[in-house]
Amino acid sequence: MEAYETNMDALYQEIILDHYRNPHGRGLRDPYEAEVHHVNPTCGDEITLRVHLDGDRVADVSYAAEGCSISQASASVLNDLVIGRTVDEAMGLLDDFTELMQGRGKVVPDDDPRRDRLEDGIAFAGVAQFPARIKCALLSWMAWKDATAQAFTDHSTSDQGENE
Amino acid sequence: MTTLPDAAQSPAPQPGAPSGYDVTRIREDFPILARRMAGDLPLVYLDSANTSQKPTAVIDTLDDHYRQHNANVARAMHQLGAEATGAFEDGRTKLATFIGANRREEVVFTKNASEALNLVARVLGDAGRVGEGNDVVITEMEHHSNIVPWQLLTERTGATLRWFGITDEGRLDLDQLEQLITERTAVVSLTWVSNMLGTINPLETIIQRAHGVGALVVVDASQAVPQLPVDVAALGADFVAFTGHKMVGPTGIGVLWGRYDLLAELPPFLGGGEMIETVTMERSTFAPPPSRYEAGTPPIAQAVGLGAAADYLSAIGMHNVAAHEREITAYALERLQEIDGLTVVGPKDAEMRGGAVSFTVDGVHPHDVAQLLDSRGVAVRAGHHCAKPAHLRFGVQSTTRASFYLYTTTSDIDALVDALNHTKTYFGA
Repeated sequence: MEAYETNMDALYQEIILDHYRNPHGRGLRDPYEAEVHHVNPTCGDEITLRVHLDGDRVADVSYAAEGCSISQASASVLNDLVIGRTVDEAMGLLDDFTELMQGRGKVVPDDDPRRDRLEDGIAFAGVAQFPARIKCALLSWMAWKDATAQAFTDHSTSDQGENE
Repeated sequence: MTTLPDAAQSPAPQPGAPSGYDVTRIREDFPILARRMAGDLPLVYLDSANTSQKPTAVIDTLDDHYRQHNANVARAMHQLGAEATGAFEDGRTKLATFIGANRREEVVFTKNASEALNLVARVLGDAGRVGEGNDVVITEMEHHSNIVPWQLLTERTGATLRWFGITDEGRLDLDQLEQLITERTAVVSLTWVSNMLGTINPLETIIQRAHGVGALVVVDASQAVPQLPVDVAALGADFVAFTGHKMVGPTGIGVLWGRYDLLAELPPFLGGGEMIETVTMERSTFAPPPSRYEAGTPPIAQAVGLGAAADYLSAIGMHNVAAHEREITAYALERLQEIDGLTVVGPKDAEMRGGAVSFTVDGVHPHDVAQLLDSRGVAVRAGHHCAKPAHLRFGVQSTTRASFYLYTTTSDIDALVDALNHTKTYFGA
């Protein structure tokens, strides 16, 4: 059995607590192409998240969320990271972040190649040591992925409509 | 095997504890309570409303069953089969005695309390006892397992689901009694002790009203049977559901107690082995209760283990367990409310209250509270505790819940309070 991590500072990095206390980009805004509501059924954390795309670029991600420090900070970091990127770039960041969460806490943030790409997001490396909290960190990212997929589907459907 | 606490020999009862109640000695019966957690910290287990820990008497009974007597029941024509069948049925008898059932056949083994409640809801619908024009009445403080089966039943049958609200203090709003429970009411189903608020509900009042209008009463006793003396015959309800693992028994077994005449009249729940009288390719006839409701191989070792759990609790005495629970809860309520920014959600004093205390801490989310407490070896639950409507009623999405049992000490509560103060400091709350 692996040693159970009880060093709270590994989980609650100062960067995470800063984002929790002062979340970036919070609130629901117009315009948007897709809105989703995601819930973590085991604990009840929830997020309503909207995506606004400008062509293949993420123009805005706005959200209203209720949950723990990890889920709130993660939504704030997501907001910082994906706005202004192309959807492909942002999906690449989602992959990086998901891999980080699956790293079982073995990731050394300072040496990790994802550090430059994930910016403040690298602070979540420690969350992977707490299996019960991984879902908290991923809640907003999964909502964003879902909303973006829906925005694309609706967008291409309406494009087709116009072409006919 | 473990020796049970003997009141006469108890050397040093805790001040104010029920006479002869020696919690130190009781703790020795629960091996897990001696565990050291990460950082070599002692375990402070305050999550017994979630699941209770198991005494050596139960662990050894399970072990002995599998090592010495394992066989299927009611169908194996050999010595082990006879032993296993005997032990399984002894488990039923012990449970019947423990809850004061008039007949052992009134005890139906299920896999948990949820299945017991689903069983009742399903067969009442199948029997046509709930239909259009009927109401099913529940309460806002139910665990999801006593909400969802009734939603499914009313959707299936066209009946209407209604519910009691909760007062600000966390009690059932009995002002609604006569408007809610009427001639239309077919079933009233409610919890005896709330798993979130801790509230003990006035069952007598509800049962009297319900029976007065000809409605059946189902009681979710999942939090009650572990901590209160229970006499189902005297209670007067029609069905009582509870689970084994919260009363120092194994997981994988629950109990539905039902009035025999009802069980004898209602149709089966699941079809399969052991629930039939005879089967042809066209149709089947069904066994009398309890077998009618126990399709397939039952939880055999679990029933034997649960019988040992009932014996263990009986030897201590449920009145003593209840008195200890009440005393620890009173102490916890007092200590917790000394903490600035901590709000107890539910009744604030130990009167008509069980040993689960849910609370919020200003500025710290319950998951973060639970995480910090865990880093100090203090195990609690955080979240909605499968009671989302009750949380919504109090305008909170989730709470932290500390819950107590026969092995909980005042020093466990002190450790909780210390860890909560540490949590507040850590988060600057």
